[in-house]
Amino acid sequence: MNEFIFFVDKVLIAGAVLGSIYALSAIGVTLIFGILRFAHFAHGDMMTMGAFVAFILASLASAAGLHAGLPMGFLLLPFAMAITAGLALLIDKSFYAPLRARGAKPVTLLIASIGVTLMIQGLIRLFAGVQSRSFFETEPKTVYRIAVPFGGATRPIVITEPEVLMILATIVIVIALHLFLTRSRLGKAMRAMADNADLARVSGINTQLVVRVTWLIAGALACMGGTMLALDVSLKPDLAFNIVLPIFAAAIVGGLGQAYGAIAGGYLVGFAETLAVFNWSVLLQPLQRVLPASIQLPADLSIVPTEYKLTVAFVILIIVLLVRPTGIFKGAST
Amino acid sequence: MPLVELSAVVAGYGGAPILNGVDISIEAHDIGVIVGPNGAGKSTTLKALFGLISVSEGQILYDGREITNSEPDRLVPIGLSFVPQEKNVFTSLTVQENLEMGAFIRRDDISETLGSVYDMFPPLKEKRRQPAGELSGGQRQMVAIGRALMSRPRLLLLDEPSAGLSPRYVMEIFEQVVKINASGVGILMVEQNARQALAFASKGFVLAAGRNRFSGTGRELLDDPEVAKSFLGG
Repeated sequence: MNEFIFFVDKVLIAGAVLGSIYALSAIGVTLIFGILRFAHFAHGDMMTMGAFVAFILASLASAAGLHAGLPMGFLLLPFAMAITAGLALLIDKSFYAPLRARGAKPVTLLIASIGVTLMIQGLIRLFAGVQSRSFFETEPKTVYRIAVPFGGATRPIVITEPEVLMILATIVIVIALHLFLTRSRLGKAMRAMADNADLARVSGINTQLVVRVTWLIAGALACMGGTMLALDVSLKPDLAFNIVLPIFAAAIVGGLGQAYGAIAGGYLVGFAETLAVFNWSVLLQPLQRVLPASIQLPADLSIVPTEYKLTVAFVILIIVLLVRPTGIFKGAST
Repeated sequence: MPLVELSAVVAGYGGAPILNGVDISIEAHDIGVIVGPNGAGKSTTLKALFGLISVSEGQILYDGREITNSEPDRLVPIGLSFVPQEKNVFTSLTVQENLEMGAFIRRDDISETLGSVYDMFPPLKEKRRQPAGELSGGQRQMVAIGRALMSRPRLLLLDEPSAGLSPRYVMEIFEQVVKINASGVGILMVEQNARQALAFASKGFVLAAGRNRFSGTGRELLDDPEVAKSFLGG
């Protein structure tokens, strides 16, 4: 039973957290690709930027002596999301919109976004330094230990407060996004433009407005994903830059341009990563008692060592692209 | 006053112009049909009128005001609507969502217009929750025309609405075009099925090499032996 609880902790909870982070960020990547037809490489750094915005707000609040029952970084998240959404809009206005106005090709925009990556990382290092920070310097990180009263378990299931909050918040956001895309006039226009931009223009849809809304949503969700990551581990300038590749893998696996695909892809990659680095030897230990003494189970039976976790996303990517080249949900191929 | 009037329009895709001075004039009660050989500039004329390619010379008047080189998001609110020949539905959106997108510029209640489009094309009402990409060619064309009607246009531009359709659907689409016109919408369409289309056209324009070659009522063009010989296949 203890072995199973270990599995719950390391695979199910860790996978749900990682999957939520990937899903939130992959939605932004896939929406930007659907509307603007380019791979927004700076998305990871937009997440880091959002996490820093949340961190600054939380620091200011605790400096002002504010305390609440919940982590400050989480409580102030809506404000941080709004600010990051505004910054995303500003980045588009300053760097991408002028290129679009000149009819730049997607590859030019991709390269511009690599420039934006370097710029955001540079600015963060310049103003915040290179050290790791924690959201929990001034407040405790509540850890729930849920005792399992059956099966002779002695280990509790361990889950932290930010993990619980973030998984719940992701569910709420995904439902809100679904309602926006299927019920609202602008959400439908967004899907229409991702489907067929020329026809959207011909129909009189205000494509500039759709582009702005896309950046607002992508920026807000990037902030949420980044803050989630920072709450779970720690905040540093290359926080989300390191996971931009699995995020893209999640978006592509789900089918580029498909918001639901990005959610599915995010959780698929998240769980696959935690499953792959899980030490299966732990679950198989009970077998040792029935096996003859001459057969010893190895101590480490993980599929990939933790350091190679990133490769998992690419294995999934390759398999999905071989079996279903347009992704799980039929996405754009161009 | 004509509803729309193109005077000596020169336009193209950046290189040599495709249109070398096209004149077209349509009244609010007209069905205008543009015919001509491939590459004559028929579709290009509609695109120039709808601001999808840039006009370098000449002018376009709509309802007396100049709309030369106006973008679609300005033209749709003043009463123009365009049905492209290809990729003219949002395949991943449901039929109803497609129609709603046609009414994007409207902030008033669209249910009445939606009802009239469903009355016009009953199969669409049945399939209103299905993605438009799952429909047959003829039904897609209904969605495309329905979408264009949702903005309540005064002038409807149709680029080869019968292309690729079975004869049954061609007749049905043409019948609906006549009905739409009877409800007070001016029509300007490009057609490959020239004989069939000219039969109900109140105005016909034969284009060749980016210029007007013949104009007249549909009947006049059909009866003109030279038009028949050169452009209608004898």
